[in-house]
Amino acid sequence: MITFSSTHLIYLIEAARWTVLLSVLAFIGGGAFGLVLALGRVSQHKWLRWLSAAYIQIIQGTPLLVVLFLAYFGLSILGLDIPPIIAAGLSLTLYTSAFLGEIWRGCILSVPKTQWEASNCIGLSRMQQYRHVILPQAARIAIPPTVGFMVQIIKNTSITSIIGFVELARAGQIVNNSTFEPFITFVFVAIIYFAMCYPLSLASRHFERKLNVGN
Amino acid sequence: MSVTEAAGTRPRNETAPGAEPIIVVDNVSKSFGPLQVLHGVSLTIERGTMVAIVGRSGSGKSTLLRCMNALEEINGGTIQVCGNRVAMDDRASVKRLRSEVGMVFQSYNLFPHLTVLRNITLALTVVQKKSRADADAIAHKVLGLVGLADKAEAYPEQLSGGQAQRVAIARSLALSPKVLLFDEVTSALDPELTGEVLKVMEDLARDGMTMVLVTHEMAFARRLADIVVFMHQGKVWEAGPPAEIFADPKTPELRQFLSSGL
Repeated sequence: MITFSSTHLIYLIEAARWTVLLSVLAFIGGGAFGLVLALGRVSQHKWLRWLSAAYIQIIQGTPLLVVLFLAYFGLSILGLDIPPIIAAGLSLTLYTSAFLGEIWRGCILSVPKTQWEASNCIGLSRMQQYRHVILPQAARIAIPPTVGFMVQIIKNTSITSIIGFVELARAGQIVNNSTFEPFITFVFVAIIYFAMCYPLSLASRHFERKLNVGN
Repeated sequence: MSVTEAAGTRPRNETAPGAEPIIVVDNVSKSFGPLQVLHGVSLTIERGTMVAIVGRSGSGKSTLLRCMNALEEINGGTIQVCGNRVAMDDRASVKRLRSEVGMVFQSYNLFPHLTVLRNITLALTVVQKKSRADADAIAHKVLGLVGLADKAEAYPEQLSGGQAQRVAIARSLALSPKVLLFDEVTSALDPELTGEVLKVMEDLARDGMTMVLVTHEMAFARRLADIVVFMHQGKVWEAGPPAEIFADPKTPELRQFLSSGL
């Protein structure tokens, strides 16, 4: 009989690297595209607003699982041979960007209109207003919901196991299947997830305090 | 203080600003949806003068000021500032306007995430492309003018209302505008803080700055304005030197407004 050992723990930690990699892909891709979407949602151009809103509606109304299936199996039916990491990275980016886009839109809109007027009156262009006046203030408001969503993403990466990734949750299943020690196995899985999410929460609190200077 | 004495307290009046129009508002109308707030307003403001616009809430005086600075689109008529026709959809004209007109708001509208110094230098470095050192020098100079040289590193949150408003004035002054617009800048302040802001405005007026203010400070308008404009129901109801306006109102509306003890 195989019992839970350090080998299993190392296996879990190695699998957690996938969780980290997928999360980082989602943050970077989803963050960059999410910012574009947020700015699109508050754009002065009607069609840009419409396009961003439509995208956000569609992605938010679609389970991540379905997006992932479409990216991996759907595109391969169309003759595109997509490696799993690209399919997973793309799906998580699409998913994350839609939610961050909407969260950040709310943060941008919560900056008072008078800040737009005051910065307009001293001659700043719209881009300069965003960069120097609006986004820094929106960022402070955005930190708690953004971090909250990032923590969700870390946990949601487990869904990529269906296209073959042996990330943390899937590795936990595999270890359990060979050891039949679900309690200790999943306690370790939980601890590793917590070890990834908790620093984010700490960082969030740190930045909130830092950006709160003068408020 | 009598009206005649008061009119004489402003030395620059003696040097006569001359009839050089700097803002020309011609037959301007403005509606917010079905509500028309300006009905064919015409007004000429000459260089180096202080014009005080008074009137009840809802008389359109703030809207007029905001139209002059292209914060509101007008529905009819024309506005010219420094010979340049103001049109919100004409980027070049708005850009020029921004370099010529400064505006101070009732709620200060300082940037809360920036220090006092950076509030003032932001446009100097970003719009006027000045070096940080040059911008800082200008900022320290204008902060000195408003009596806040020691507050450069403070954040807006750490200032009193009067200090915040003086920083807002300094922020406008730093860009050396030709005209300064003041939109009820003392309405959020208690009498003591109002005094310190009015003092700064008085200094500016004495230095010959062209100023247009929407105000409820009747004593201040009476003492320092060259022209007082009384607005009522979206129209310029009466306009003239304060001595005439306050001592000899021509219309019952103005008489009633003045007697309401504002």
